[in-house]
Amino acid sequence: MYDFLYLALMAGLGVAIIAGPMGSLVVWQRMAYFGETLAHGALLGIALGMWFSWSNSVAVVIVCLLIAGVLIVFERQRLLATDTLLGILSHGSLALGLVALTLIPGARTDMEALLFGDILTVTMAEVGVVWLMAACVLFALWRLWPSLLAITVHEDLARVEGVRVDAVKAVLKLLLALVVAISMKVVGVLLITALLIIPSASARHFAKTPEQMAMLASMLAMLAVCAGLGASWWLNTPVGPSIVVNASLFFVLVLLFRGRGQ
Amino acid sequence: MTALIELQGTGKSFANRAVLQAVDLSLVPGRIVTLIGPNGAGKTTLVKIVLGLLQPDSGRVQRSVQLRVGYMPQKLHIDPTLPLQVERFLQFANTNSAECSAALERVGIAHLIKQPVSGLSGGEVQRMLLARALLRKPNLLVLDEPVQGVDVTGQQALYQLIGELRDELNCGILMVSHDLHLVMAATDEVVCLNQHVCCHGTPQQVSVDPEFVALFGAKTALYTHRHDHEHDLHSGIVNPSASVSCNHGSEPQNLPGERARPSDSKGGSESDV
Repeated sequence: MYDFLYLALMAGLGVAIIAGPMGSLVVWQRMAYFGETLAHGALLGIALGMWFSWSNSVAVVIVCLLIAGVLIVFERQRLLATDTLLGILSHGSLALGLVALTLIPGARTDMEALLFGDILTVTMAEVGVVWLMAACVLFALWRLWPSLLAITVHEDLARVEGVRVDAVKAVLKLLLALVVAISMKVVGVLLITALLIIPSASARHFAKTPEQMAMLASMLAMLAVCAGLGASWWLNTPVGPSIVVNASLFFVLVLLFRGRGQ
Repeated sequence: MTALIELQGTGKSFANRAVLQAVDLSLVPGRIVTLIGPNGAGKTTLVKIVLGLLQPDSGRVQRSVQLRVGYMPQKLHIDPTLPLQVERFLQFANTNSAECSAALERVGIAHLIKQPVSGLSGGEVQRMLLARALLRKPNLLVLDEPVQGVDVTGQQALYQLIGELRDELNCGILMVSHDLHLVMAATDEVVCLNQHVCCHGTPQQVSVDPEFVALFGAKTALYTHRHDHEHDLHSGIVNPSASVSCNHGSEPQNLPGERARPSDSKGGSESDV
């Protein structure tokens, strides 16, 4: 009878599992702002998808890849600092997305659902897409994990030791774009980065190895999804923000717990 | 002896500004070459060309087919959010844990194997980086400022270790350094770089070269050879007319206990008598 709840839970857990390792990488490589930029670009992707009647996920991934490409090109030019570039791309694409969505003839879009997620209306097919994409991303991360860690530690050293640094970095950006595309329905474009980095930041305090941190972050993210859905059910709050509130709550608890232990 | 790597007439510019011009460099097994030069002299660029991270605009780079490079980067910045133990850090270069332990043992920090990298001191980080370079079983070690962030005693110990490794592995070593006085004692050949090779040769030759003195000042040149004058017990200068050449007439690397310290040339320590 509560089918929509189970579907929401399944979608949320699929995203949470992938948020662990991907979020850890984002934290280690200080890519939080980049993730934010991709997430904002996703809105533009939705607009494009509606305009051309493409599937949302495909459109989002295409726009995210375009943004990543533009960023790589401009970074090589070294005319502006990366955070300035990201600021331009991030807010430029967010604004453009919002404008484009209102200009589409005949389309009535639920702006709130896009910005803050709409997990309760997720369909069986969408859950399937989430799990399929999550499996692909997990597999790619698993294969590339040693190289990803090596470039996190020291790029030049990794290059001398034979890691194909540029290729690995490009794949990481692509994977992040995929994660943004599947997370959008769960927490919305404005909160995707939060779901990635907050569980990882909490997990850091307990981890001795990178893998421990990634796995613990996945578990915390799954816990936050469950707690967020529960809170939403009983308190009638929006689901996406509730998930992020719970993740933040865990983070604060971790801080307090650690503070007492020392 | 065949060179491990040989650069001829190497040039490189960034944004139309020449950083390196017509640089020749040859690295052979069993020989320590130290690259010195002021900031912006192109030391890092030259190192990156040797490592193959950068392609030169002009000139020729010839690598021996057996070349295996162990690289020790200038700075290791590991984000404190990344939990990483020393052993795991080494496994990027070589996954065999017995070899990792042996390498740590060799650089004298075997006890740190399970420690988090973020908690290491400057000297320990340098030794860990050296261990990772050794794990590649290199015949060429490229060490970019290997004693950075290490106190003077630790610097001497590290240079001594590098010298020992050269003897054990019979590998070529290319070192970059700022600290002229200590590094001079630990090196076979000095290349003084300021976009072009100003001068090169043994430490003794280089330190009296007019171009070297112009770049680093006479004082620095004196530091590298510790005694330009001698003191009596009352700190009076006994022999002020001594030239900048090394009074002791010895190869500095043969005198591990006699490495120059800045304070030695200033103060009147009794050992100077």
